[in-house]
Amino acid sequence: MFYVIQTALELGFMYALVAMALFMSYRILDIADLTTDSGFVLGAAVSVTIAAAGHPFLAVLAAVLAGACAGFITAFLQTRLGVPSILAGIVTNTGLYTVNLMVMGWSSNVSLLKQETLFTMFRDTGIGGSWYKLILAAGITVLAAFFLVWFLGTRLGLSIRATGDNKDMVKASSINPIFTITVGLCVSNALTALSGAVVGQYQKSADINGGTGIVVIGLACLIIGETIFGRRSVGRNVAAAVAGSIVYRFLYAVILKTSIVPIECLKLVTAVVVALAIAAPALKEWADFQKRKIRSMQKGGR
Amino acid sequence: MLKIDKIRKTFNPGTVNEKSALQEVSLHLKPGDFASIIGSNGAGKSTLLNAVAGSFYVDEGSVFLNGKNITFTPEYKRSRVVGRLFQNPLRGTAPHMTIEENLALSFLRASEGSIPFSRISKKDKDFFREQLSLLEMGLEDRMKQPVGLLSGGQRQALTLLMATMVPPQLLLLDEHTAALDPGTADKVLELTQRIIKRNHTTCLMVTHNMHQALELGNRTLMMDDGKIVLDVQGEEREHMTVSDLLEKFRTGVGKELDNDRMLLSMEA
Repeated sequence: MFYVIQTALELGFMYALVAMALFMSYRILDIADLTTDSGFVLGAAVSVTIAAAGHPFLAVLAAVLAGACAGFITAFLQTRLGVPSILAGIVTNTGLYTVNLMVMGWSSNVSLLKQETLFTMFRDTGIGGSWYKLILAAGITVLAAFFLVWFLGTRLGLSIRATGDNKDMVKASSINPIFTITVGLCVSNALTALSGAVVGQYQKSADINGGTGIVVIGLACLIIGETIFGRRSVGRNVAAAVAGSIVYRFLYAVILKTSIVPIECLKLVTAVVVALAIAAPALKEWADFQKRKIRSMQKGGR
Repeated sequence: MLKIDKIRKTFNPGTVNEKSALQEVSLHLKPGDFASIIGSNGAGKSTLLNAVAGSFYVDEGSVFLNGKNITFTPEYKRSRVVGRLFQNPLRGTAPHMTIEENLALSFLRASEGSIPFSRISKKDKDFFREQLSLLEMGLEDRMKQPVGLLSGGQRQALTLLMATMVPPQLLLLDEHTAALDPGTADKVLELTQRIIKRNHTTCLMVTHNMHQALELGNRTLMMDDGKIVLDVQGEEREHMTVSDLLEKFRTGVGKELDNDRMLLSMEA
């Protein structure tokens, strides 16, 4: 039981980076960025491959950089070449599949055997005892969260937020939306790749299909968090993404343990929950309209 | 100051919807000029402002600002020195960002030499508070609230402040009070005048209100069918009444002025 809680927290913190990335692209920039699935695998692949070569720390940096590059390509496609934003993400996502295979030496998975990872290095410092994985995972995510909140408060960050909020205003305020969208997607995909990088070293392996559905799971985490915390300020939103991710992993653990829902069905359940949550305003409007219609028909007679 | 030299713009060329919106328009504004533009529906007033702001590039001719050729300068670069207000008060502010953040955005970009990672300082906040209090709308006590909670008039006043806090070289007003209720419109207009006077800003304003066009500023332009057909200033303008203006238009263009909103506003 104890072990389950610990694992849920660890995974929650590590995958929270994806929820934060989606907060950046989906909420801030108002772009559904589908680069995420392969971007996550890219992070894991780069991270594990370089860690296997003996540089676990450099591996994470390289993964983040690779993620930013993937974001740049998606941004380039949609801002400069006029590819619709969803399609731009899908195109990059598809192309990355091959890149990911290439990174892993044309094999569908790579593993770390005896090599050092961030986690083993941290364990050897002796900090945190048996909680060392959780402390490291939480540390990385909290650091990234603080960075994100800080970044969104800078002039560049404010410009990026304005770009997603009011395009008309942005052009009339000497902000180049091409630039802000590009920076925004680079940061968001760097966060996704960071998540992949940490998870890769945590699990000591990277798998070519390890990212399937991660974008929907990330959205689910974001929505769960927002439902609990509200969406009032940037700081709160980022905290919500982290909290949502942890809650999601707890639910996952509960389902896994109790088998209320067969674990094979989890992706379907997640997809339905996300679809319903995003559809909520439209559903509410429809319901209100039906109510009004019925009421006026009763009042007005036939 | 602003020199527009024989600019032309045709929308949808080669189609049935072809519209020659600007036909060899030339205009020269001196520093401190405050010119208002009136004209029929579709005369090209907003198009002229858009051409100056850089929403599109003109087909022919050139635009100079302070002696610099800005004909092919992109919109976002021009807006560093050209402030702009639209008719729709929702266009000028970001609804989900706070008043403070909106102000910071326009302030940080316009003030010289600020790096991309600069943040809102305590000093900036005090400055924003002081500027907001000049609007006399109580916004200085709501700096942490999202702009989406403000009324249209408050948002337009805020946009005005954002456009002029760091004085622009040129201010473009595109019927910026037309969508507001009369009381608020007066208030925003009064603020506009005050700010323009204080900074000696060169300004180009589109309006549908003929009284405004004659009372405000020092120059009145009339447009029709993509051309400037009337340009009055100085003594001639001082003694001009709305009916003189209409008469001038009739004799000059050879038809009646047809701007429904403009004619409606004459009653007021």
